[in-house]
Amino acid sequence: MSIRYTKDHEWVLLDGKIATVGITQYAQGQLGDIVFVEVPAAGKALTAGGEAAVVESVKAASEVYAPVAGTVKEGNAALPDAPETVNQDPQGKGWFFRMEVANPADVEALMDQTAYDKYLQELAG
Amino acid sequence: MRYLPLSEANRRDMLGVIGAKSVDELFRDLPAAALAKARIDLPKSASEIEVERALSAMAAKNLNCGQGPSFLGCGNYRHHTPASADYIIQRGEFLTAYTPYQPEISQGTLQAIFEFQSQVALITGMEVANASMYDGATACAEAVTMATRVTKRNKALLSGSLHPHYRDVTLTNAKFLDLDVEALPPDPMAVEDLLGRVDDTLACVVVQTPGFFGHLTDYAVLAKTCHAAGCLLVVCVTEPVSLGLITPPGHIGADIVVGEGQSLAGPACFGGPGVGLFATREKFLRQMPGRLAGETTDEDGRRGWVLTLSTREQHIRREKATSNICTNSGLIALAFSVHMTLLGEAGFTNLAQLNHATAVSLAEKLEAIKGVKVLPQTFFNEFALKLGKPAAGVADKLAAKGILGGVPASRFYPTFPELTDVLLVAATETNTPADLDAFAAALKEVLS
Amino acid sequence: MTKPTTASGNRGLQLEQGLIFEQDTPGATAVDLPALPHTRDRLGGMKNTKRIGLPGMSEPEVVRHYTRLSQKNYSIDSGFYPLGSCTMKHNPRLNEKMARLPGFADVHPFQPVSTIQGALELIDTTAHWLKALTGMPAVAMSPAAGAHGELCGLMCIKAAHIAKNQGNRTIVLVPESAHGTNPATAALCGYSVESIPANSEGRVDLAALKAALERSGSNVAAVMITNPNTCGLFERECIQVADMVHAAGAYFYMDGANFNAIVGRLRIGDLGVDAMHINLHKTFSTPHGGGGPGAGPTVLSAALAAFAPVPFVVHDAQGYSVEEQAGFGAAKDSFGRMKGYHGQFGVFVRALSYMLAMGSDGLKQASGDAVLNANYLMARLSTELTPAFPGPCMHECVFDDRFLKGTGVTTLDIAKALIDEGVHPPTMYFPLVVHGALLMEPTETESKATLDQFVDSLLHLARKAKAGGAEAEFKSAPQLSPRRRLDETKAARKPVLRWTPPAAGAASQAAE
Repeated sequence: MSIRYTKDHEWVLLDGKIATVGITQYAQGQLGDIVFVEVPAAGKALTAGGEAAVVESVKAASEVYAPVAGTVKEGNAALPDAPETVNQDPQGKGWFFRMEVANPADVEALMDQTAYDKYLQELAG
Repeated sequence: MRYLPLSEANRRDMLGVIGAKSVDELFRDLPAAALAKARIDLPKSASEIEVERALSAMAAKNLNCGQGPSFLGCGNYRHHTPASADYIIQRGEFLTAYTPYQPEISQGTLQAIFEFQSQVALITGMEVANASMYDGATACAEAVTMATRVTKRNKALLSGSLHPHYRDVTLTNAKFLDLDVEALPPDPMAVEDLLGRVDDTLACVVVQTPGFFGHLTDYAVLAKTCHAAGCLLVVCVTEPVSLGLITPPGHIGADIVVGEGQSLAGPACFGGPGVGLFATREKFLRQMPGRLAGETTDEDGRRGWVLTLSTREQHIRREKATSNICTNSGLIALAFSVHMTLLGEAGFTNLAQLNHATAVSLAEKLEAIKGVKVLPQTFFNEFALKLGKPAAGVADKLAAKGILGGVPASRFYPTFPELTDVLLVAATETNTPADLDAFAAALKEVLS
Repeated sequence: MTKPTTASGNRGLQLEQGLIFEQDTPGATAVDLPALPHTRDRLGGMKNTKRIGLPGMSEPEVVRHYTRLSQKNYSIDSGFYPLGSCTMKHNPRLNEKMARLPGFADVHPFQPVSTIQGALELIDTTAHWLKALTGMPAVAMSPAAGAHGELCGLMCIKAAHIAKNQGNRTIVLVPESAHGTNPATAALCGYSVESIPANSEGRVDLAALKAALERSGSNVAAVMITNPNTCGLFERECIQVADMVHAAGAYFYMDGANFNAIVGRLRIGDLGVDAMHINLHKTFSTPHGGGGPGAGPTVLSAALAAFAPVPFVVHDAQGYSVEEQAGFGAAKDSFGRMKGYHGQFGVFVRALSYMLAMGSDGLKQASGDAVLNANYLMARLSTELTPAFPGPCMHECVFDDRFLKGTGVTTLDIAKALIDEGVHPPTMYFPLVVHGALLMEPTETESKATLDQFVDSLLHLARKAKAGGAEAEFKSAPQLSPRRRLDETKAARKPVLRWTPPAAGAASQAAE
């Protein structure tokens, strides 16, 4: 299963019905030094595009949206005490939450690596 | 005009650089129709001495509290302000600075805010305090909305001991946010049952100590009951001098403490500007409104201060901010902090003791008058008196004798006839033994 | 030549100063009080038995402490403060003197009305000036600051809609260039916010506004527009905006933060405005005090006046009195109370002192000079900097960061380098619609010489940045201020928001 991306710069990695979600390298670069992260509690129901987590840098605050509908299995408990992990390893140890997705095909429909790279190029204009 | 440095020659030169013929040309985007209508019928500019004359004449029409014995409280108290406190807040570097958005050249304001936050946290017995709110009443309303965010519930209960202005401001906010806030009726005998009303739908219970009618109530059991129901206890303090003598709200289990700092910050000033105090527990920090100064270091490793956690605030979070507050009460917070620093632990507790002792002396003299009853069993520097006669008329008659002898409860509760004969009286260190005697004698005469 | 290091850490007049808690002499106080009368206490069981933890100091130590702190602040008294949207003008000391008259300062809010006729007259006179300057029929005096005034205006609007059974109106339209308080205030009123884009000129896109009103007109409660707007431009089409908004059954809120640009020249009542707050701490010269107090009286149209908050002053043949209870008498339709007591009375005294001094002629001259100064800055700086929009501007001008493209130097670096030049930096990165914005508001109380010196400094920095090779120097600015750039990430990640006693071990180490 390969990685998928959203236009809000979240990445999604699906394993069976369980998706791991975080923010992309590009997103952490845009935010700058991350100082606070709030992750969702297990059991929280998520709708596609709904607010799932919060990430803050010194000068900006942003929501992390659920890429697809589903239910939270766990939030990354290490992040609130070490928000800098998101800067250091956004697509690894800096994951935000794992969710059981309602419909795995929804993930498949998101941007793949090539499409996301192209999207980033468009943003850079 | 003495406040405008540009000369006519300057203006001509500058228009030349701009490439405009006249200043009016710079205003060409203003609608001509509206410009043509703009007749402004107001006096022309005046010299300093003329302004002084006009305003002094207005000021002279008031009876000020220094002209005779004065015993007014209800959330606004007359204390002595040390000369050095008023001097320090008039230093231009404090008075005429903006909000410290450029920390490299605002360390004075930032360190003073940090010290203020520390002092407020200490006297309230809480873990963190913010850099100030507008006043006690708006701080109270903000505490209720904060409690709804923390608990994700939308109901609140306000004690009848709460200052009626705090109650009203909270109710106004609640109305516009669709919060379900119940305000209990005024409680001059401190008999209301709060414990029986706590349940797991409440975001918070709001009480005041000392209460609006003067009572000191131990809310420790209420705090435990609230916490068992997942509800927060908000404690309001309208007279912070009381915290020099009575147990701080944080030590009996308060979750949010709000208050008015005017009494330590400076003169009553007809009620404003004041300074709202706001303190809470560290675990609720992210839901707290208002600015915060925090400690850090600069590039050379030297200790310094910055405004921090500003992602809670309106300029970043916009419609999702914890509050819309921007300008707060910086200079009044500084005045509060300077006075508190001048007092120190010893001075603060001495001041509180002197206030209490003066109020006890006054209570003894007044309750010796036939028909007069002091309502609260326990109090700090303020108490409700039952007179047996309409209190508004009594206050007017005392004022005619040059004595500001209390505030009639009917001013706040016009629809509660049982409060018609209740007068709210405060005493502070500014009242001499002769003042107390003069008040007692005058009250006896007015009531006879 | 390298700077000498000192044993004390002091650098000449830049004196280091620890926290009050680090200067504690237990038992010391700077306030001596009269002797305590002997009474029994009436505290019940509520007497505190624990130490609070406040430090003790003598009066000379306290005065020196705060004097040293003050010397680490920049202020309008000491220099140029071109902070856009903040109107940092001179604060006349006459205002302070007037506010300290015992007849104003030493007056209690709950004295019998017969003893406060002068205080009520002062509020009424201040209200009269504000109404005459805006051409509006009513003003709510109690809001404590600009954001509080916005809230007052929106609460009046919501109350008016509810009175007309139009509680379904829940949307407030706000331009994307708006100050953050606008959307935050709308949210506090239970409204949702829809953003209106700006056109290429930096003004509200009328077509977009029209489309928004057509799309959700019957649900729109109000349109909030700052005018002059946050780009320093007058919204030329504001009368059309008012007409469109009214035709849709909504109200027109104008954010008056920038009233200094038009005061004495244009009455906003002639533009079709329904509500506008006035920041007395901006336009009317009351001091900012390091972050307040301000005051935000809110002028109201006839359609909204009846819903104004209590208290308000009324007068008849017997003199002045005050309506304090919503739902009664003249306040029968009032939406309620939004602040304790009678508003920011001490700020009113200062503002009236200023208005009386300036008069209608002086105020008109002030807005003229404020706009002239801003256009002069814009004209001179445009030789090296890139203005975001063509002029003329109003009382402030905004530059974007195109002039820094490819230099490696950012807007922030320019701002910090200005600190070493001895001026307070302009507002940075606001408005959000201008990339890398530098928003400059000189105000009318600056001389041409001050403006020229500022321009020379800024042009010098712009040329230096463009010449290349100075990136590292810019990144290390400021070098000459009491502190250099502070680590905001550290402050936010592990917040230290109050003093706490050092751990016992650390304390004994420090004592050795």
